[in-house]
Amino acid sequence: MIYLDNAATTIKKPETVVKAVTKALCMLGNSGRGAYGCSLDASRVIYETRKVLAEFFHAENPRQIAFTANATESLNIAIKGILNPGDHVITTELEHNSVLRPLYEMEEKGAELTIIKSDDQGRIRYQEIEDNLRKNTRAIVCTHGSNLTGNLVDITQIGKIAREHGVLFVVDASQTAGVFPIDVRKMQIDILCFTGHKSLLGPQGTGGLYVREGVSVRPLLSGGSGVQSYRKKHPEEMPTVLEAGTLNAHGLAGLCAAVNYIRETGMDVIRRKEQELMWEFYNQVRKIEGIKIYGDFSSTERCPMVSLNIREYDSGDVSDTLFTDYGIATRSGAHCAPLMHQALGTVEQGAVRFSFSHYNNSDEVKQTVDALRELAL
Amino acid sequence: MIKKEEKVVITFYTTTDAMAMEQVCKEENADGRLIPVPRTITAGCGLAWCGKPEKERELKEIMQKNGITWQGIYKCMV
Repeated sequence: MIYLDNAATTIKKPETVVKAVTKALCMLGNSGRGAYGCSLDASRVIYETRKVLAEFFHAENPRQIAFTANATESLNIAIKGILNPGDHVITTELEHNSVLRPLYEMEEKGAELTIIKSDDQGRIRYQEIEDNLRKNTRAIVCTHGSNLTGNLVDITQIGKIAREHGVLFVVDASQTAGVFPIDVRKMQIDILCFTGHKSLLGPQGTGGLYVREGVSVRPLLSGGSGVQSYRKKHPEEMPTVLEAGTLNAHGLAGLCAAVNYIRETGMDVIRRKEQELMWEFYNQVRKIEGIKIYGDFSSTERCPMVSLNIREYDSGDVSDTLFTDYGIATRSGAHCAPLMHQALGTVEQGAVRFSFSHYNNSDEVKQTVDALRELAL
Repeated sequence: MIKKEEKVVITFYTTTDAMAMEQVCKEENADGRLIPVPRTITAGCGLAWCGKPEKERELKEIMQKNGITWQGIYKCMV
């Protein structure tokens, strides 16, 4: 199989990740619930993962990293935990449903929502964000990279706008964490939501959020915390406030190993390799008659993915044929980004997305291009 | 019978702080270990740092230096 759905989940993980999860499964107790060896070992693994991620994203300290099951959970916590009825919030058409749906829910509860339009190449105008700020604007929520086009969003610029106007800045880093450098302090990010199983190369069921010191987020869940048991309220201190219940120590052991792998290998090295493969693929498929590519390819810095359609073919049929006849795994359909599809004009057809990992190679790109050439005939 | 002696016991608001304490004490070669919070301090659950009573000042300095927030510092029989 040629696996080109790395934007959905990276299927090949570093060997150290597999080993770390296996070891954790064999020896870890419940973190924070006991003071004996294997329970403390679980707490130690979790703390180490917090520390590693805090350094990776340049957070003030490990306490500001809370763990969740995925970016969806992180985004729900962030969006529902900072907005109140009467607050205004700005987002973009690039967003995934994990941003849009929690926002629509908050809109039903009385929040005001502005969605910044995208052009037909999936680009937004940053000035429009500033133009749409209101007195009651509480937050700007946006993705760092579109999961459909791969276009990057200049979060440094939006972070500047947000901070200047005293508005919270929430970033969805699902497609970028692990492959693009993120410095929450330099980029003036208040809440960063990430998942562990995509470009961070960790296990599914791991993710989290960074919350800037001093920003208060209402928890989505309350329950066991391992501390302050006789209080009726869930503890208010980070990270416990956002972490009710037993954490996924087994998965987090893998995530810790994954981030260490990225640091040792070099994020730049990984990104260069992935982008090389993407450009190699792009430069060949764009010449194939009948193929339409979506997104902005004028910038060299973009997420390593290419979404396209062949003539008027159903994207599902193309993806299915690629797998059944050629053994190439891709994602088709709507990609959970309804407004992006509207802007690109692909609501009916969907799109076939090819997303690359540094574990892919040139030969796989060549085989995929050949397959597309045959299908486009 | 459980043997007890006087110790300095430090409690925290979160398990994360307790784990941070363990790590910095290891780095600073400060004796001690994590224990369940003694009932004499508070009913509930959680981890506390337990060290030699004469090291209280040193432990406080370590926490201040490393930005660790503590909830309380007690002398008790552990």
